[in-house]
Amino acid sequence: MGETFGNYSIIGKQMPRVDAKAKVTGQAKYAADIELPGMLWGQVKRSPYAHARILNIDTSKAEKLPGVKAVVTGKDFGGFKWGWSRETRDEEPFATTKVRYLYEGVAAVAATSEEVAEEACDLIEVEYEPLAGVFDPFEAMQEGAPLVHEDRPGNICVEYHWNFGDVEKAFAESYLVWEDTFQTPRMAKGYIEPPAVVAYWPDPHHIVYQGAKGSPYFPYRILSRCFNLPLSNVRVIQPFIGSDFGGTKNDMVHCDFAAVMLSKKTARPVKLVYTQFDELSTCLRRHPMWLTIKTGVTKDGILKATYLKVVADGGAYTRMSPLTMFLTGTCMTLPYELPNFKYDAYNYFTNNPSSAAMRGHGLYHSRFAADVQLEMIAEELGIDPVEIRLRNAIENPKPGKVYQTVNEVHVASCGVKECVEKVAQAVNWEKVKGKKRVEGSKAYGIAITAATYNSGTKLSAHNACAAIIRVCEDGSVNYLTGASDVGQGSDTVTCAIAAEVLGIGLEDIDLKRVDTAFTPVDPGSYGSRVTVLAGQAAIKAALDAKRQLLEVAAQQFGVKPEEVEIKNKQVFVKSNPERSMSWERLVRIACYETPGKVIIGRGYSTQGISLLGLAVFSRGVGDIGTNYSFTAQAVEVEVDVETGLVKCTDNSVIAHDCGFPLNPQAVETQCQGGSYHQGVAAALYEEFKMDKGQTLNANFIDYKRPRACEAPMTRVEHVLTNDPYGPFGAKEASEGSCCSAPPAVINAIYNATGVWIKDLPAQPEKVFWALKKQREKGKGKK
Amino acid sequence: MKGEPKKLALTVNGKPYELTVKSNTLLVDVLRKELKLTGTKVGCLDSACGACTVHIDGKAVRSCSVLALQTNGRQVTTIEGVADGDQLHPIQEAMVEHGAIECGFCTPGMVMSAKALLDENPSPTREEVREAIQGNLCADEGYVKYIEAIEIAAEKMRGGQ
Repeated sequence: MGETFGNYSIIGKQMPRVDAKAKVTGQAKYAADIELPGMLWGQVKRSPYAHARILNIDTSKAEKLPGVKAVVTGKDFGGFKWGWSRETRDEEPFATTKVRYLYEGVAAVAATSEEVAEEACDLIEVEYEPLAGVFDPFEAMQEGAPLVHEDRPGNICVEYHWNFGDVEKAFAESYLVWEDTFQTPRMAKGYIEPPAVVAYWPDPHHIVYQGAKGSPYFPYRILSRCFNLPLSNVRVIQPFIGSDFGGTKNDMVHCDFAAVMLSKKTARPVKLVYTQFDELSTCLRRHPMWLTIKTGVTKDGILKATYLKVVADGGAYTRMSPLTMFLTGTCMTLPYELPNFKYDAYNYFTNNPSSAAMRGHGLYHSRFAADVQLEMIAEELGIDPVEIRLRNAIENPKPGKVYQTVNEVHVASCGVKECVEKVAQAVNWEKVKGKKRVEGSKAYGIAITAATYNSGTKLSAHNACAAIIRVCEDGSVNYLTGASDVGQGSDTVTCAIAAEVLGIGLEDIDLKRVDTAFTPVDPGSYGSRVTVLAGQAAIKAALDAKRQLLEVAAQQFGVKPEEVEIKNKQVFVKSNPERSMSWERLVRIACYETPGKVIIGRGYSTQGISLLGLAVFSRGVGDIGTNYSFTAQAVEVEVDVETGLVKCTDNSVIAHDCGFPLNPQAVETQCQGGSYHQGVAAALYEEFKMDKGQTLNANFIDYKRPRACEAPMTRVEHVLTNDPYGPFGAKEASEGSCCSAPPAVINAIYNATGVWIKDLPAQPEKVFWALKKQREKGKGKK
Repeated sequence: MKGEPKKLALTVNGKPYELTVKSNTLLVDVLRKELKLTGTKVGCLDSACGACTVHIDGKAVRSCSVLALQTNGRQVTTIEGVADGDQLHPIQEAMVEHGAIECGFCTPGMVMSAKALLDENPSPTREEVREAIQGNLCADEGYVKYIEAIEIAAEKMRGGQ
């Protein structure tokens, strides 16, 4: 804490977040806080079946209820279908012929109050023909199993088969070949703010949409197509967003389509706010996966080959599953050298709510399996778990060099060794390794793992982030961006970058949140892409504005523009700093000297598209990231051997290589949060209990969330590698620790108790029975 | 069935209000919909997330678990009543300066729980801080900086007294 990095004025130092004051005083407006004159309330009518044919929908009774202003069904959308990509458009705004998961939306109502809207939904009569369903991928893959989509034989949603090097030969040559199966749980995204939206049509040709979307240009594009309007007529104005970990707040959900269609029909603003039950029982969730992993190593523990076979539950619609399955495979060749790698991935449709991206997307599953297995292999070979990681860790490439994996992933900076060494030192590994500590009924164990995550994620088609810098005539600056801060702190770092480049203060910059009528188009907040790509846009826009101002300054000083510099709001001749003027004066001269200039700087990122080519999902090659972060994590657990209750202790350290920490404090919270909320939570706490498509614990009481009382006071250490492709050397922060935490927790439980928990989460009951079984086995041996 | 409207007189952030509310109306709905105090957030309506935490007579309470009529004659404080004009409360200041805030959705509730603690116990132990905010779910920042910020604020408030 309080550390500063680099010789910069603003970045690399402690800085207050630009939006913190609005948030801490309750002034920040989120979607559910928006109220407009004449506003109606909407409600979604949902299916009571997980799989059923829709025979008829009768809305007449609902329409007659006093206070009801409009009712819409799927038919109002004229056959419109949408999806994550052109090839995967398999979902309707509201189901018209068949429902594929429990509580799927079939209609929606707008009324003068929430109560009336709810009552009207009850009056909509839907005739169904219930169908047999499939509720996990193993049912879905059976021959003759009911089909979720009639045109998708075998219920296969996504399938990849990659083979790099010669896995079979490597296994044959290995000293040890180890195989195991692991399982990751069905998990909620977990944000506290449920989906909410207000939409209206200012005239019959324009939409205004204000919803809780972390990627506002998704609805911008989808609504344009859905309502057959040019993009210029779709205005998405972004409120503050109460977190977005992928999925629901990228994509559309029923309330989004409902609000826009109902407001079209009524010519009034319509607001819908989901309950947390709506969110937890119908919205997108993390994929559960079954991972069978086979790894061959030399006697010295050097990785020779891995074969990973994954079966995943994709849920009712494709959504982002093609990307999920790609991500689950692609980074298996990081952060350790792996010369041979084979991957078979099968993602099945089921009659569960759809699965989608979530913080740690994809990599979290396979890193969990691989790093737990590596711990097992280390023990089998009698090698120190830290040593085996160091032996296999990828070296930091020399400046100008790039490390290429067997599946053509390119890494220009890699601090994984330094990360592992740092956490080992921080927890005094040499002293504590291999030692079990037992105090009464509590057993303690510690483990260290490593992970990677892609940052500046680049997909096919549009990838560029952009920024516009408007220098106002008094020297203040408006920063316009299409990039979204959903809590990660990108608004602050992009403003800080702009201020650093312009040579002014962070407080001189006023950021405008996304309004698609004015801000430049942007892909969205996913895949840890924002800081890396929006950061580059900030640099370019600031340089563009600065160039225009330096020309004016040069004229004033009678020198060339490159001989002038701006720092700390002073404009001066580099060779003679006494020849100077204030920033405000320079701006005033530029704007007022007849005929007067209008200083607008523009820039957009190119890193995401111009580097070493794009990833090819079908073949499993290429870069999904602009660059890659590296993380190592030490976790100590306390296991109550009588009850099976596990908690992380405060002996918890993360070392993270984000290239260069633009805002060190934000990097720390991102790593702490990523680890605890989406990593430790997966390892210890969170799991949806399902019964034939019904989520039995769709509330925050029965679905256990990580709370402050058990939060490890994780320390974060920074590892600097200055990545050549990141703005000021930066890479992602947070998704890496989502991936390093689960294996660290599970390995630590083993080190405390000698029990392996291979299916997450390690909830008390599971640990209790595993310990009991172990004790009985021990007795049997005696 | 929907509850007969009744008169409700309460004080919110020092300002007296007289309203007519249905007997089944929740305090959080009066605050957000009637008084437009939207700083108090709704996360779950199950008393599980703490985003709607306010003070009733100085005690931290989840406003989704209280009927509006139960606050008749009481003093309610919401997040909007914590700062003194532009001057942030030391808890708010510490959360801003220590970088505790990410998406901010849980922040108002977190401030209210922390303030109820420090108003009653100026020198809490770390365990007491954890306990005070254990009903406040956060989804992104890991609680570490929230806990530390509350400790920093406590120290500052003690020094200032």
